[in-house]
Amino acid sequence: MNHQDVPATPAVPIESSTSAAMLARRDERVRKVSRWRQLMVRPEMGAIAGTILVFIFFLIVAGDSGMFSAKGMVNFLEVSAQLGILAAIAALLMIGGEFDLSVGSMIAFSSMVIAIPSIVWGWPLWACILLAFALSALVGFINGLIVVRTGLPSFIVTLAGLFVLRGLTLALTRGITNRTQVSGINELVATDPIGHFFSGVVFENFFQWMGKMGWIATRPDGLPLAQGMPVSVLWWIGLTAFATWILLRTRFGNWIFATGGDPVAARNVGVPVARVKILLFMAMAMTGTLFAAIQVLDSGSADTLRGTQKEFEAIIAVVVGGTLLTGGYGSAVGASFGALIFGTVQMGIFYTGVDTDWFKVFLGIMVLVAVLFNNYVRKRVTGSR
Amino acid sequence: MTEAVLALEHVSKFFGTVIALRDVSIAAKAGEVLCLLGDNGAGKSTLIKTLSGVHKPSEGKILIDGTPVILDSPRDALDRGIATVFQDLATVPLMSIARNFFMGREPTTGKGPFRRLDWDYMCETTRKEMKDLGIDVRDPTQAVGTLSGGERQCLAIARAVHFGARVLILDEPTSALGVHQASVVLRIIVRARARGLAVIFITHNVHHAYPVADEFTILNRGRSIGTFHKSDVSRDAVLEMMAGGKELVDLEAELKAASAA
Ligand SMILES: Nc1ncnc2c1ncn2[C@@H]1O[C@H](COP(=O)(O)OP(=O)(O)O)[C@@H](O)[C@H]1O
Ligand SMILES: [Mg+2]
Repeated sequence: MNHQDVPATPAVPIESSTSAAMLARRDERVRKVSRWRQLMVRPEMGAIAGTILVFIFFLIVAGDSGMFSAKGMVNFLEVSAQLGILAAIAALLMIGGEFDLSVGSMIAFSSMVIAIPSIVWGWPLWACILLAFALSALVGFINGLIVVRTGLPSFIVTLAGLFVLRGLTLALTRGITNRTQVSGINELVATDPIGHFFSGVVFENFFQWMGKMGWIATRPDGLPLAQGMPVSVLWWIGLTAFATWILLRTRFGNWIFATGGDPVAARNVGVPVARVKILLFMAMAMTGTLFAAIQVLDSGSADTLRGTQKEFEAIIAVVVGGTLLTGGYGSAVGASFGALIFGTVQMGIFYTGVDTDWFKVFLGIMVLVAVLFNNYVRKRVTGSR
Repeated sequence: MTEAVLALEHVSKFFGTVIALRDVSIAAKAGEVLCLLGDNGAGKSTLIKTLSGVHKPSEGKILIDGTPVILDSPRDALDRGIATVFQDLATVPLMSIARNFFMGREPTTGKGPFRRLDWDYMCETTRKEMKDLGIDVRDPTQAVGTLSGGERQCLAIARAVHFGARVLILDEPTSALGVHQASVVLRIIVRARARGLAVIFITHNVHHAYPVADEFTILNRGRSIGTFHKSDVSRDAVLEMMAGGKELVDLEAELKAASAA
């Protein structure tokens, strides 16, 4: 089988594997182009190219600042991972034709659902975490139900959720604790049966070994500065792989593309569009809880301001990752690269000592460029017809 | 008389103040082709959307094998073996041909968490079914947005033929097709009828309608004017009943008179 020639008509990027049977019977009307050209129309290409550029840039300007030491890399990977967790599921939701502006507030709400009962009322931490997941599933269900029942844009429905959830979090937290912050969760994590799923580091032995070999910086006591990989990075990789599997290889994935591509057509041929949307909203809200659990258990405290603007950051990562704002096309891998760009630039600007205000300027411009690029790709895929 | 596989009894459909259908009854029988005729806006598409679960009737009943049913969704109708080619084709431009073909009814392989799309089967079947309609699919992973109107129409038809186990409904399926492709579609309709399917066929072309139809139902401004057996009507009579048919006959006579003068 010759892998150099691939179908030239802008192949829909979501099918990477070309079956042997298909190649064997290739039509003579299929022009042959390079694999490179075919790769160029994949939705995540822009983000991957962007990631490479960003890395080259910071290797040049901040190569000796400690950004690319083990400790530095763990830092920007952790920032990227937390956003990437949200972005992987936000990509599914956006491909399904919707977005969720309430997820940032959902993070704050979940933080308090975890913190208040466990600290103030002495509930076991694991029960609070499960409760937070259950409540966010309910909120996601309500979001989805309102969107599919009313046909209102999710922009407006979840904008309402953004304010309601944030306000509710503030009111309840102040009402119960008289404060806006609850701390002291660190002590509960060590003895909790599920605490370690959301906090701490993994691969400690590997990092210690790298320290012994002299590959990464160590403290005076011989332990490495970077003690291990934060669990959030595993969640990030795991969720991205899961979302990609769903999108490309499952029936539900086909329903997501169909629902976002043309909901009327999808429904008319038997796709349960309403169910797909509701499930996606539930998954998104529950991902907010996952984010909250990781942040609260890692930092040991919950704050009513947690998650502020995360809804926009997630949308930025998804769009930079090549997903169309209008739905029907995109990739979870792209979104995770979008998150990596975000995290790298955010930490990179910190390491280079540039005023962090410039980060926002960069973000805005990057979004605009990404949207223009996505539009171009979409026209190529649909043959601009 | 054979019992109708799919029937409407005294069905009305209102969209707010718009009366799209009023007290319409039709019956599609196994092994027969029912041809729906009528002007634009007569309510033909509304009628077939009611039959395929897109709309719920405002009044009246839907019967399957003589039993009243409620079709909750197009998925429900498909599960009962009713497949439809919609006038707008119901394809998603950004998705590939194979993904569109199996949209809503994707075949899977593997068990439990490893259950996944049977991609090889999807590509194979799409190629084969499209080939039956005379379309050589270059690449099943190609986006439907890059297909021509006729190719897209054939995709929608091939899909309905593949999934329509009992009833096949086609809403103006030949409108974007060339002469050759249209005759292929007519042949497919005849073949479906021979397999014992009930076929409901909407067209504005008498040359497409007359050869394959067993019965004609004429809709006018949301009402049914009547149902005729083919043995009771001539081709010219059908032409006259069709949208603009009368005008066409008149025009022909006019032109003849003009050239004779
Ligand atoms: N969803 C809808 N909302 C309001 N009016 C509709 C809707 N669908 C169809 N109609 C109206 O119903 C009438 C019949 O339409 P249709 O069934 O599409 O006609 P046909 O297919 O025979 O050309 C038209 O006047 C149309 O405007
Ligand atoms: Mg119509």
